[in-house]
Amino acid sequence: MDITNQEYKKLYQKASPPSPLLKDASLAFVTGGTICTLAQAIRNFLLSQGLDEKTAGASLSIILVFLGVLLTDLAIYPKIAKFAGAGTIVPITGFANSIAAPALEYKTEGLVLGTCVKMFTIAGPVLACGLTASVIYGLLYYIFA
Amino acid sequence: MKKTGNTYCFQDPPRVLSYASVVGKKEGEGPLSRDFDYISDDNTFGEQTWEKAESRMMSMALERALSKAHLPLSQLGCILGGDLLNQCIGTTFALRPTNVPFLGLYGACSTMAEGLLVASCLVESGFEQTACAITSSHFCSAERQYRYPLEYGGQRPQTAQWTATASGAVVLQKGGMGVRITHATPGRIADPGVTSQANMGAAMALSAYETIRRFFQDTHTGPSHYDLIVTGDLGKVGHQIVIDLFQRDGIDMRPTYDDCGLLLYDGSQDVHAGGSGCGCSAAVLCSYILKAMEQGIFRKVLFCGTGALLSPTSCNQGQSIPGICHLVCLEADEKWNM
Amino acid sequence: MEYVRAFLTAGVICAISQVLIDRTKLTPGRILVTFVVLGVILTGIGLYEPVVKFGGAGATVPLLGFGYTMAEGVKEAIAQRGFLGAFTGGLTATAGGIAAAVVFSLIGALIFKSRDRS
Repeated sequence: MDITNQEYKKLYQKASPPSPLLKDASLAFVTGGTICTLAQAIRNFLLSQGLDEKTAGASLSIILVFLGVLLTDLAIYPKIAKFAGAGTIVPITGFANSIAAPALEYKTEGLVLGTCVKMFTIAGPVLACGLTASVIYGLLYYIFA
Repeated sequence: MKKTGNTYCFQDPPRVLSYASVVGKKEGEGPLSRDFDYISDDNTFGEQTWEKAESRMMSMALERALSKAHLPLSQLGCILGGDLLNQCIGTTFALRPTNVPFLGLYGACSTMAEGLLVASCLVESGFEQTACAITSSHFCSAERQYRYPLEYGGQRPQTAQWTATASGAVVLQKGGMGVRITHATPGRIADPGVTSQANMGAAMALSAYETIRRFFQDTHTGPSHYDLIVTGDLGKVGHQIVIDLFQRDGIDMRPTYDDCGLLLYDGSQDVHAGGSGCGCSAAVLCSYILKAMEQGIFRKVLFCGTGALLSPTSCNQGQSIPGICHLVCLEADEKWNM
Repeated sequence: MEYVRAFLTAGVICAISQVLIDRTKLTPGRILVTFVVLGVILTGIGLYEPVVKFGGAGATVPLLGFGYTMAEGVKEAIAQRGFLGAFTGGLTATAGGIAAAVVFSLIGALIFKSRDRS
């Protein structure tokens, strides 16, 4: 019997198990929360060392990025991410992971055309869109404020 | 040879002279571990890149199949093969040193069935006395080709399949002993509009249903005529869809129907919907299925290779995923049942 | 209390992202883009500042915070340098994180080797 795409869609949606939303979201909540609580502790430590707010913030980013890259290169980050999902994607450590992973993987295609070109395959759009948004915001702010 | 409807009927059926499977660590830990010719503990196969590792794995499968047949490379008529990498480099670089006539195939995960179909035609027609169908896939090379770099922290949805690190090779010959290839049905492209790359089983199941249905019509047979009907690799989702589609026609596939993606791994191996990749169905055929046929456990088997004919480019451009399914009918001689 | 607030804020942001990944067609890549742009917009209309006040690192470390830092940087740069600040502010404010990610990744690629994950 022939089947229309609509009927087929119903059939395969019935056969496709959904992602376990509650479990996934809970794990994301806990890991994301833990990473940022740790970040808060590092930030407080930096502030206690006499750094001002801005310097502490920038230093915190660099420290977290370093940790994200290191855990990626040691192949630990993807192991955590398998369970944590968005909990490890959304914090800045995930941004670091998205650059470090292709940088490492594409090493086999050379340092310039492999690592340096491909390191932005995932994070490139984040920078492109983020920067564009910030410039548009800046222009609006300059004109209206 | 004769053609009935869409199906080629081989009057002087080519025989399986030998076969071999080489797999990676995870596959070697699965339920079929005893049936493989070689299990590598190291998925690099001693090579520097994943692409070279895949080629190495494939050349090992070829070497083992030939040595089991006591057939020197120089006497092999022709090799038909392909893989998942861009421009099929896995196969090309595996076969570069062989100096054997080579026809490259691309059928995604259906490559083994496609190779057997073409090889059978070459052997039955008498152009070749022997021909080899070969294919491979490697988790690490496929992952970056289709999805993300290995170290990227992503999550796999429940419908996603796991690309097998595996290779299989079958050598066919004219005459002699061995499992016969009696029929083959080339598939048609079927695209039911599935766009999710994480649900390939759903994208391919329709083509499997259509090819198997055409074969039943052409040969006036049904599922009860076969000891095993196996698709490769639809996984849990696609397997269920094929059962449901035949149910609409009043045909119960359940007693004899299985899927290579479900056979290769067991439930605890964290492969979600099951295995996939050219090597999955090839390795299951070249281990469990052909062994069981030689032992007389199965006499008639339908091996239905299913492929998702997408590329990352077509997906990014919003195209849905076309599926294809090539069917090969394998029969063991009666006397082996004794 | 500060830690609890950071935990809760980041937890909620990550849980929402997870729901979006599981239930919509948004891939992780698109989520990241959406969050950074959203961070800029929310900061621009003054909605994210209170979240940062409440959640601290819980609000600045997720990618929404990346957008927040960019938008804040733009405001500050415009105050200091006028029109030019609209172009320099975003990148200046986030330069540390971006440069760190690029440099550490490059060094990491030189030292380490991609591993089997199966």
